[in-house]
Amino acid sequence: MEILLVLGFPLLGAALLAMVGAKRYAAEVSVATSLATLLAAALLVLRIIRHGPMTAWNEEFFIDPFNVFLVALTALVGFTTAVFSRPYMRIEASHGRLTPGRLRLYHSMYQLFMAAMLLALTTNNMGFMWVAMEMATLSTVLLVSLYRTRGSIEAAWKYFILCGVGIALALFGTALLYTAAEDLLGGEGMGALLWTHLNAVKGQLEPRVMGMAFVFLLVGYGTKVGLAPLHNWLPDAHAEGPTPVSAVLSGLLLNVALYAVIRCKILADGALHSTLPGHMLMGFGLLSTVLASFFLWRQRDIKRLFAYSSIEHMGIITFAFGMGGPIANFAALLHMTMHSLTKSAIFFAAGHATQLSGTQRMDKIRGLLTIHPSVGWGLMLGGLAILGMPPFGVFTSEYLILITAMRDHPWATPVLLVALAVAFGAIFSRLQPMVYGDTDDKPLPHSPALVPVFIHLGIVLMMGVYIPPALAEWYRLAAQLIGG
Amino acid sequence: MPPVNMATQVVQMLAGALLLISFAMLAERRSRRLLILLVWQGVVLVTSTVLVAASAHLTHLYYSAALTLLLKVCVLPLILFRLMRKLGIERDNEPLVNVPTLMLVGLCLVIFAFGLAQPVTALATTVLRKTLGIAIAVILLSFLMILARRKAFTQVIGFLSLENGLFFAATTTTYGMPMVVELGMALDLLVAVFIFGIFFFHIREQFDSLDLDQLESLKED
Amino acid sequence: MTAVAYVWQVGECLLAIALAPLFAGWVGQCRAWLQNRSAPPLWQPYLILRKLFHKDAALATDASWLFRLAPYVVFSTMVVAAAIIPSVTTDLPLARVADAIALVGVFATGRVFISLAAMDIGTAFGSMGARREMMVGFLAEPALLMVLFSAFMTHGSTALPEMVEGLLSQPHIVLHPSLFFSGVAFVMVLLAENARLPVDNPSTHLELTMIHEAMILEYSARHLALLEWASWLKLFNYACIGFALFMPWGIALHGASAGLLALAIAALLAKLVVAGAALALFETLSAKLRLFRAPEFLTMAFLFAVLGLLVYLLLGA
Repeated sequence: MEILLVLGFPLLGAALLAMVGAKRYAAEVSVATSLATLLAAALLVLRIIRHGPMTAWNEEFFIDPFNVFLVALTALVGFTTAVFSRPYMRIEASHGRLTPGRLRLYHSMYQLFMAAMLLALTTNNMGFMWVAMEMATLSTVLLVSLYRTRGSIEAAWKYFILCGVGIALALFGTALLYTAAEDLLGGEGMGALLWTHLNAVKGQLEPRVMGMAFVFLLVGYGTKVGLAPLHNWLPDAHAEGPTPVSAVLSGLLLNVALYAVIRCKILADGALHSTLPGHMLMGFGLLSTVLASFFLWRQRDIKRLFAYSSIEHMGIITFAFGMGGPIANFAALLHMTMHSLTKSAIFFAAGHATQLSGTQRMDKIRGLLTIHPSVGWGLMLGGLAILGMPPFGVFTSEYLILITAMRDHPWATPVLLVALAVAFGAIFSRLQPMVYGDTDDKPLPHSPALVPVFIHLGIVLMMGVYIPPALAEWYRLAAQLIGG
Repeated sequence: MPPVNMATQVVQMLAGALLLISFAMLAERRSRRLLILLVWQGVVLVTSTVLVAASAHLTHLYYSAALTLLLKVCVLPLILFRLMRKLGIERDNEPLVNVPTLMLVGLCLVIFAFGLAQPVTALATTVLRKTLGIAIAVILLSFLMILARRKAFTQVIGFLSLENGLFFAATTTTYGMPMVVELGMALDLLVAVFIFGIFFFHIREQFDSLDLDQLESLKED
Repeated sequence: MTAVAYVWQVGECLLAIALAPLFAGWVGQCRAWLQNRSAPPLWQPYLILRKLFHKDAALATDASWLFRLAPYVVFSTMVVAAAIIPSVTTDLPLARVADAIALVGVFATGRVFISLAAMDIGTAFGSMGARREMMVGFLAEPALLMVLFSAFMTHGSTALPEMVEGLLSQPHIVLHPSLFFSGVAFVMVLLAENARLPVDNPSTHLELTMIHEAMILEYSARHLALLEWASWLKLFNYACIGFALFMPWGIALHGASAGLLALAIAALLAKLVVAGAALALFETLSAKLRLFRAPEFLTMAFLFAVLGLLVYLLLGA
């Protein structure tokens, strides 16, 4: 029931906004829809706390500790981003960068994107998961090119082609998975693609076919996670699209794609009885982290900087999932949550900063603390949080990942430390001049929406010190489920 | 036995034709002819699906074939032809770099694909499992095509050829995916082509051409 | 083996020599029909041969013995090839000595001699033609070999008569995808090797576009007659290889009676009629490729041949 609400509200909102998206109250409608989704998600969460994992609708949907907190996270970030985008888009429209038609497209596609992601998270059917991921890509493509500049069209094209090819590979992987499953679960038709069924028989799935399926699924969905070497679309898409879109891409889509990869990894681990899937994840994760942290130095555009930071963090999370084991998985899940909240907060602040100075180039942004102290503080604190400073939550998860690495894979520890240090230097050195200093930029016409920023950062701060018991329990159970 | 054998043989011939079409697409310079080749690919797919459905007595494959016929032979080509006319690229001729090398790389990909197909062939239970290698080869050749093309429209055709290869792969290994999933895939494809169409207009508006060389300016500066 | 077999062997050679000009004439006739003009009579090539044999040969002062020898060598290689290819019967004693690979070698010998002869005089066009011929041959030969390999994989022997017997012994029609690919490749090689459109226009008079014609520019009289006959014989041979590999129906098997042999000759004539018309149709529909596109064409032929082989390995058919 709650699942129906969780999925229904965004879909309804998308349809509604397709009609009224150009009106003055469109942003409020979007916020209301997201709020309704959030409440539905909260109801779902309460139900899971009370009754434990559940399946619904003839086993087509499945909520367990792994995806319940992701559903809540998605709904929360969706809501706060909708709140943020209200004044942000108003300012953009007043600057003349958006027409009413494009606003309509933006609002309806945003809600459709939410619906697609929530579907991908809650569905039990691997085929539907694929359909939802594709839907998520399709709904954001036109959003990335919203400003219709040369850069944004190029970014959207790259995004479309790269992610399209990735999704096609993932489809092939799904077909191979179905091949392996049909043998065992045979005449059930749809049943062969249900994750719960596959999980039950994963030990008997044919190893070579599963291995091939996993490779294709990893490369396919991994493209959407932004794992190197298929990450090329990410910096461009984040830099050229409107800020709310960057926030949800970084904060939510990457998580959902990684969730898909991990669901497949659970099956592959069971079928292959070897550490190959884990090692592959580790390899891709480390490569992404190192590559991203070195690329960070060359960035001049603030949104590209934080896009590479997203790649880096997703790399760390993938590495942690690759290592496996209760602590690493726990840390990875925690990091997913923390990164999502922090990165979206940073993008909110950075978005307003770019609106203030009229440019995305970091050497032109100065003195944020003097004009709009809230923007300045938001950016500063967000930057510190993402860099892993205690007592923010990111520190906790990175620390856990590092000690697990030191214990199980000592060779990776110096690599990680160097990458983290390089990233620290790159981001911090850029943050300082942006936040301090003098500037003659004028304040924004509408007051910036920074409440979401501080809500996010507040949660991250709290989680650094104290994790609510229910959440900790889910992390623990999910870590156990992911195994490895 | 003989009727089944005949159907299997014809499907194997069709698989060969599919491979032939993929190679022809790799070397084709004109956009219009490329689109016609794509339509032929769709026709071959539909025919082979119908034959498989007939020989293995599976009704859901008939629906699948009907869906493919509607989508890949009628609707999508219609949309793309109209797009071509509106964009004015019907007589487009694109300079392909070094066709012989491309062909030889394609050949290596085919060998790789055939090798890759071996373990899955051993597992699959359909009559057509031997043609999986050809399906994977078509997929890889479509990748090569996407990489080698310098015009947006032809890249999209490569993308659609990729989807065709995937469909063939699904049909040969597992008699297709469950119907609902296939419907979802078809819907996704349709929407994707719509968005591509919209995209072309945006690209042309901004860049005054559909050359992909224009779309390479975003780099680390 | 038996004396009868030798009779059939020699008979087949003579049949080939006699029919080749007629085949060339038929192709010309079809082309004329398709191009909506009236053609010379069907036996025009015989009249050309008679005219040339009656003339006096004019040789350049610098021509060496190679120049005078080459036409005879080339003609002989084509006759030997005709002896190996089972056009009407598989009862060929000579074919047991030379299999399909040797056949390719025989063609290569002919090609080498004519190229050397073209360069012998030292004219620009001759060398140019020789170089182009070598390039085409260099690319076409692997393709032809691959086609033969595919056929070898299917039938287990590289001797053409045995391949034919293998194909004819199968009870019902079997569709081989690999043969389909090999067939396409073979047609492309045939066009390239026999100086047909789209690789080379046989009726061109523009020397800069010539490949085959450029090599025989300096020849006259009986030498020219032999070379022309040899090129018609080459086309005939290639057509018969095609029939043997892909459409062997009608070929008389070992120990056949005279009646079946007559049937085989009739079948051959019928196949030649169809093949000639198809060739003329294809030539009329295609434009000549620019010379630097010829490697593309031939690479594609090689590709299809290899694909045929791979598809056979994959599908077992």
